[in-house]
Amino acid sequence: MIWIQVEHYKQKKSNIRNIPVSDSPGATRRGYMWQYILCKKAPHSPLPGFHHQASTIASTAMPPSHRSHVPFMVYDFCICCILSPLLCLVFCGEECCLGRLTGHGKTPKDAASVRATHPIPAACGIYYFEVKIVSKGRDGYMGIGLSAQGVNMNRLPGWDKHSYGYHGDDGHSFCSSGTGQPYGPTFTTGDVIGCCVNLINNTCFYTKNGHSLGIAFTDLPPNLYPTVGLQTPGEVVDANFGQHPFVFDIEDYMREWRTKIQAQIDRFPIGDREGEWQTMIQKMVSSYLVHHGYCATAEAFARSTDQTVLEELASIKNRQRIQKLVLAGRMGEAIETTQQLYPSLLERNPNLLFALKVRQFIEMVNGTDSEVRCLGGHSPKSQDSYPVSPRSFSSPSMSPSHGMNIHSLATSKGSSTHFSGYESSCSNGVISNKAHQSYCHSKHQSTSLNVPELNNINVSRSQQANSYSSNDVDMETEHYSNGVAETSSNGFLNEVDSSQLRRQLCGGSQAAIERMIHFGRELQAMSEQLRRECGKNTANKKMLKDAFSLLAYSDPWSSPVGNQLDPIQREPVCSVLNSAILETHNLPKQPPLALAMGQASQCLGLMARSGIGSCAFATVEDYLH
Amino acid sequence: MACVLEAPLRMSVLSEVTASSRHYVDRLFDPDPQKVLQGVIDMKNAVIGNNKQKANLIVLGAVPRLLYLLQQETSSTELRTECAVVLGSLAMGTENNVKSLLDCHIIPALLQGLLSPDLKFIEACLRCLRTIFTSPVTPEELLYTGPDHQTILFNHGAVQNIAHLLVSTSYKVQMQALKCFSVLAFENPQVSMTLVNVLVDGELLPQIFVKMLQRDKPIEMQLTSAKCLTYMCRAGAIRTDDNCIVLKTLPCLVRMCSKERLLEERVEGAETLAYLIETDVELQRIASITDHLIAMLADYFKYPSSVSAITDIKRLDHDLKHAHELRQAAFKLYASLGANDEDIRKKIIETENMMDRIVNGLSESSIKVRLAAVRCLHSLSRSVQQLRTSFQDHAVWKPLMKVLQNAPDEILVVASSTLCNLLLEFSPSKEPILESGAVELLCSLTQSENLALRVNGIWALMNMAFQAEQKIKSDILRGLSTEQLFQLLSDSDVNVLMKTLGLLRNLLSTRPHIDHIMSSHGKQIMQAVTLILEGEHNIEVKEQTLCILANIADGTTAKELIMTNDDILQKIKYYMSHSNAKLQLAAMFCISNLVWNEEEGSQERQDKLRDMGIVDILHKLSQSSDPNLCDKAKTALQQYLA
Repeated sequence: MIWIQVEHYKQKKSNIRNIPVSDSPGATRRGYMWQYILCKKAPHSPLPGFHHQASTIASTAMPPSHRSHVPFMVYDFCICCILSPLLCLVFCGEECCLGRLTGHGKTPKDAASVRATHPIPAACGIYYFEVKIVSKGRDGYMGIGLSAQGVNMNRLPGWDKHSYGYHGDDGHSFCSSGTGQPYGPTFTTGDVIGCCVNLINNTCFYTKNGHSLGIAFTDLPPNLYPTVGLQTPGEVVDANFGQHPFVFDIEDYMREWRTKIQAQIDRFPIGDREGEWQTMIQKMVSSYLVHHGYCATAEAFARSTDQTVLEELASIKNRQRIQKLVLAGRMGEAIETTQQLYPSLLERNPNLLFALKVRQFIEMVNGTDSEVRCLGGHSPKSQDSYPVSPRSFSSPSMSPSHGMNIHSLATSKGSSTHFSGYESSCSNGVISNKAHQSYCHSKHQSTSLNVPELNNINVSRSQQANSYSSNDVDMETEHYSNGVAETSSNGFLNEVDSSQLRRQLCGGSQAAIERMIHFGRELQAMSEQLRRECGKNTANKKMLKDAFSLLAYSDPWSSPVGNQLDPIQREPVCSVLNSAILETHNLPKQPPLALAMGQASQCLGLMARSGIGSCAFATVEDYLH
Repeated sequence: MACVLEAPLRMSVLSEVTASSRHYVDRLFDPDPQKVLQGVIDMKNAVIGNNKQKANLIVLGAVPRLLYLLQQETSSTELRTECAVVLGSLAMGTENNVKSLLDCHIIPALLQGLLSPDLKFIEACLRCLRTIFTSPVTPEELLYTGPDHQTILFNHGAVQNIAHLLVSTSYKVQMQALKCFSVLAFENPQVSMTLVNVLVDGELLPQIFVKMLQRDKPIEMQLTSAKCLTYMCRAGAIRTDDNCIVLKTLPCLVRMCSKERLLEERVEGAETLAYLIETDVELQRIASITDHLIAMLADYFKYPSSVSAITDIKRLDHDLKHAHELRQAAFKLYASLGANDEDIRKKIIETENMMDRIVNGLSESSIKVRLAAVRCLHSLSRSVQQLRTSFQDHAVWKPLMKVLQNAPDEILVVASSTLCNLLLEFSPSKEPILESGAVELLCSLTQSENLALRVNGIWALMNMAFQAEQKIKSDILRGLSTEQLFQLLSDSDVNVLMKTLGLLRNLLSTRPHIDHIMSSHGKQIMQAVTLILEGEHNIEVKEQTLCILANIADGTTAKELIMTNDDILQKIKYYMSHSNAKLQLAAMFCISNLVWNEEEGSQERQDKLRDMGIVDILHKLSQSSDPNLCDKAKTALQQYLA
């Protein structure tokens, strides 16, 4: 057995001899290339090479069966690649066909099949490919279908165990058997035959020229490979794995199944007792709000849903205060406040304290930490405000998709006047900001949950919620609620500007730089002490090393380690600190809502690995409107 | 005035009718139109919210009078409007009120009212219509029946007004608009042609329908939009090879026939598909290979299933209700599928127990099923091979003959059509059908008022007489009677005439038969032939008639009937020089038979015809550029030389 991989043949046409022979070609669902397993090794001939053909034999002439090894010609100026004494690939312009070469083609022994390099993954849900019959050759004994690995490739698909095929000469379907069942019409030159595998119910149907012919096979095993077999000379087929539009409307078929699966999810029986389900959802929302410290919203929500908030209001406000300091880059103040409010917390968690301090060091470099700011260093305004990021679950400054509901609930409770102006300020703020898009590049970095897309509108709305709550809560209004809700777009622009002007270390103040260096030494000492007390900690070591690396560059912001300075990196720190505080109150480290989402995502992944096709039509994102 | 007469009769039954009610009705008959108007207004105020008063007025016959006033051209618009308002008010009452209004044919009157230029009047009519149509007792068809109403709606801009509702965000609104289009487009080329070009939000209507066919849309929506496209296609507005028909509508309708769908949906799907593919062989071929449709339809006959009987009574009831509908839908679709393609017919007949099912269907109590079964049989009977095999094996002719006894006309038409095919000379059923008294039956069909039945009757007789033995021919002639034969020859329908002539021609074949028939009916036949040749008929009819003459000329004794008839001979001579080559050729056949050498008395006939100047014409024709004519003339001339 030899694997021949033919990739990018178009580009490599002039140099086609150099096509690599590999045994591990990669292919994904729609990414099937013309890669074939050479099925019959030439008995007495060396490994077939590639033949350049500058001119042609008659345009559609079939190779005479007695002239063995003559490349088969279909078009002008094509290049022929002989795979075996029986099969060849023909490259013509952008087309590439599979052709049957020589032999008598009289007995089943003359058959030869090729199959795709990779099995159909269950996770794709519905798999489809089409084969165009370029020429039916002498007798049109062609089979199109599926086979498992290890099935004899010297036979047409369908004849052997774990092999399934639809044959052109009689229109029969062959289900692992030498005798076929009447299935559909015959097919011949010019027809396009499609094969669709439904991995949800493990069935397969074929199409002819865009018309579904009905179920051919049921109870299919997993890990089947698309397979095409040819038997008589001159048979030529061309497969389409999605690189060209399909004749059959497979999209429509997939739409049907997507709808079916989603209906199944929607109809899934939940909560037998009345209101139970609703109460649970409300609890989840409430706990989420509390977790991230949206105290006003949480209060309003609790009031309108008749729930009790587990944590005291003051405690929520405290956490919120700390989080906001962290997110604003004012780490020194954050640490101080934490120590004041939760005296023993950081003492018991030296690693956490260390992490906070490392972050403080980074913020010093950035020029945002209060210790360097008070030293008179000029700090760009943008870095005061915490810029809105497009992503959310770990951060209190953002709201997930259900933020809208919270608003509407609160509004219905009678505080509509407070909200009346929000629509307009939203549109002025973040949404219309083009700089926002460039900001999205950082969105794949670290979150506890991988939820890549969040609605910008909601993001900005949650900011509105905060500014609303500022009436009740005594907060740093001057650079938080204002900063984000109203000037975030300015903030972005400033940041872009300042990067162009080249930002300065520690805000440009010499005193600040000295303070930073001094702080660095303290940090180094703390690290050593930690190692003595608690043993080696590679994570800590790396963290410190990365932070110190910033000083090695003249422009830390554009250095390879510069992403540490990105305000988005405050989020994980913030989240860890928040969780630690919550733990001391015997509250969960993660909100149940986030856990449920994580659970659902994991579940889908598990389904994909276990070959349950319906996972293809359900994503967690679908339910985060 | 009927309504006035009716009122006192009912009054005696109803004792509670108050004098005041009576008074209101009386005022409607006042000669002064102003007083009538005031009366109607007073009546309006009296009936509002008063069900009893409404019932009284209806019993007293107010409705016909109000309708009369509403329709009168001489009534003032104000009066007509007030009448519509009162009628609307009456319709607001009980269901019985609505029924009474419907019995008085209120709908056409109100629809007519919509044509008025007065907006207030139209509004009143619309309100009333709306009230009536929202009542469960009103059959919807009343509004949408026939091309008349389609045209009224169309002329009033229904298409443009309803079109934008298709893109409504409300599913219910979309569905109603869609349904409306399906009734508007049905068998209406004018509406359909307009629909294909209507733009809604920058999209053509067919594209919108195609979107509604998508598989993630609710089934009801898919089915109804498929109907719209089907009707537009059958009305000629969309080509049958258009992708939206071939790749969208047809597959969608096939899906509607699948086991997964509700029984109602399967019935509608199959019926619509049958209609879509009825006349297009390519669509029939595609449908026949799509999703194993032919096998899928076999399932339509399995209701109520044995499972449903066991599991629950409710389901059994449901299945029973739909069983007839399912069967007739399947038969209809089979009939369409097998209409043209021999391979498809073969596939249908090879379906499990197919012939048995048809045979059973022919004797079902439901007329709908019987009709559909006969249609299916008719479609399959177009296959020569099947006539010889499965039709014979299952003795299909037996139940078919039974169906033909006392069946309603619509069944008779299809059944007799089928019989025509079963009587073709190569059909093995021909013999037993004859023995079971078909001649008599077919002869009686030729006397039917129904044109299609007359055609089929005479057609079947014509097939029967083809190369038949003497006895059958005599039976036909006897069964038909000469009067009926001549009646048919003077039928206003050219088809009947052609088939009757065809019958005559088949009867008058082979010499002994010709002589035999001409000896008994010669006079009448010659008369009929003369009449037709003199009448205003098309070329085909005259050609057929000349062919009959040619057959008569082939007889031994029958010849003399022509030779002694100078009038006929002159006519033959005339047609020899006719401008139409077909007629010339047919006339030449006659001459050729008359002058044929080896027969007795040929010399005299040749002489007589020469004297008439026939030979000169033959010489002229032998120079003709038409090779057939030329050959025929030369052969005839050779007879003179020998």
